Amino acid sequence: MVDTAHVPAQAPIAAASVLHRLMRRKLALFGLAIIAVVVGGAIFAPWIVRYAPNEQLFEGLTLQGAPMPPGGEFLMGTDLLGRDLFSRMLYGARTSLIIGVVANGAALTIGTLVGITAGFMRGWVGAILMRFTDLMMAFPALLLAICLAAIFQPSLWIVAMVIALVNWVQTARVVYTETTSLAEREFIAAERTLGASNTRILLRHILPHLVPTLIVWGTLGISVTVLLEATLSFLGVGVQPPTPSWGNIIFENQTYFQAAPWLVFIPGAAILLLALAFNLVGDALRDVLDPTQRGRD
Amino acid sequence: MAGYLFRRILQAALILLGVSFITFVLLYVLPADPVRQIAGRSATQQTVENIRQQLGLDQPLLVQYGRYLAGLVQGDLGRSYLQRTEVSTLIASRLPASLLLMAGGILCELLIGLTLGVIAALYRGRPLDQGLMVTSFVAVSAPQFVVGLLLLYVFAVQLGWFPIGGYGTLSHLVLPAVTLGIMGSGWYSRMMRSSMIEVLRQDYIRTARAKGLTRGRILFRHALPNAILPIIAMIGIDIGIFMGGIVVVESVFGWPGIGQLAWQAIQRVDIPIIMGVTMVSAGFIVLGNLLADIVTPFIDPRIKMR
Repeated sequence: MVDTAHVPAQAPIAAASVLHRLMRRKLALFGLAIIAVVVGGAIFAPWIVRYAPNEQLFEGLTLQGAPMPPGGEFLMGTDLLGRDLFSRMLYGARTSLIIGVVANGAALTIGTLVGITAGFMRGWVGAILMRFTDLMMAFPALLLAICLAAIFQPSLWIVAMVIALVNWVQTARVVYTETTSLAEREFIAAERTLGASNTRILLRHILPHLVPTLIVWGTLGISVTVLLEATLSFLGVGVQPPTPSWGNIIFENQTYFQAAPWLVFIPGAAILLLALAFNLVGDALRDVLDPTQRGRD
Repeated sequence: MAGYLFRRILQAALILLGVSFITFVLLYVLPADPVRQIAGRSATQQTVENIRQQLGLDQPLLVQYGRYLAGLVQGDLGRSYLQRTEVSTLIASRLPASLLLMAGGILCELLIGLTLGVIAALYRGRPLDQGLMVTSFVAVSAPQFVVGLLLLYVFAVQLGWFPIGGYGTLSHLVLPAVTLGIMGSGWYSRMMRSSMIEVLRQDYIRTARAKGLTRGRILFRHALPNAILPIIAMIGIDIGIFMGGIVVVESVFGWPGIGQLAWQAIQRVDIPIIMGVTMVSAGFIVLGNLLADIVTPFIDPRIKMR
């Protein structure tokens, strides 16, 4: 077993240095560039687009009532209701990013709390928490998410919460494993001998050691979250139209996809690229933050 | 061995019990009233109350759960609210299609993933390896419904090689199975690559080479079997991902399996079906984990049974 915690307890992770090393990797740079484009597009959407995302444009449909193909007046074409797809894509990026960050942040928080408590307390508290985690692992995650989303009227925040409830388990398991191995190290025993309280040990010594792991899992987790949101929205239980999301754009237009394939494949490509970007950056971060894993995968 | 098995089976049973309780509570607090759905909009208050009583939905939560559990241990999953059929009959009629799809998916996943992983390991560090590893990231980042629609568009609509949807012959199975397998093949190619690299590093491989065995013989007789086994055992753990995947893939391809059954039931608030499919899925997941745990010590004797 490779010991992943060789960083000295107080070593702050120099963000600048990590970013610098990340930039030297071509794939990570590619991922960062995609993320930058999507974030930029989402933030500046109102100033970039020519039409409002929900506006049904008269000139957005052909005389026969079919959507317009990409190019020309509409950069990415229009959808079945004659709305500008480019505009919906940019506003949809907001949905994906908000859910990606909120749901993943919540999942990471729950996972860390459960994992660290179970790993540090051991005893019956730890046992109960980890058995509960095992139980969650046996749930068919997507089915659970669909059920939950159908139970609560899905809104942006509900979807984020549902995803968080399904996704915290992996983090909890990783944090648990790391915490148990950390808790057995000498410097923790030394701290205890010196009379440090549990809270102090947890906050000042265990948590800082978990930061690299959490950064890596947090980044990779956004990719999982983006895919799950898209899947829920595609099934119609995610973000509800007319609020645009990349998944529900496909949901709304899939019946017509043989005639207007861009309505499925443009948002599809966007979902893939964003998920890929976070995967690439997360993988590179793992290499940069944890030298023992380098070249191992 | 017997003690280990017994403990693991007991654990599995407890986990299933927990899953059933949580699902039951979740569905119990469902704001949409199933009785209203059954009775229809024009039903009088009296009819609604009668149906509620008939289905036992007027009882407290724990009584309802106890009843459900009593049925469950006898293999009785209750009756569908809307279809007036036993849930177990419905699931049994849909399960073969889903199992076929899963088997196809697992086969594709292994075929694509393991082959690419071995190639990447043999070309470690070279452009081919790097290219394959990027491809594996693309595979795990691709949403299944987009892959499904893309395959449908290219191979069914444009080229006409496969039917657009439906169920029955082998050619119906190809596209859904590939769709289901692609995401996992990305992970498997990465795992296979590192497992293979690990094995190729071992002393006995060097010995084999020193003996003058051919590259092919070393690869197929000595390295591959050892590198593949631990990865095959991982499939047991992945059943949960497949159980989610079939909901999406069955919906894209109109595949008549339990995923679609569950999906329709969720839209119609047909709770017994949702409950039944969740329990059956959880059963498969637990069984998969159990098999993985039992098989692993046999494959790698260094892993002790605890």
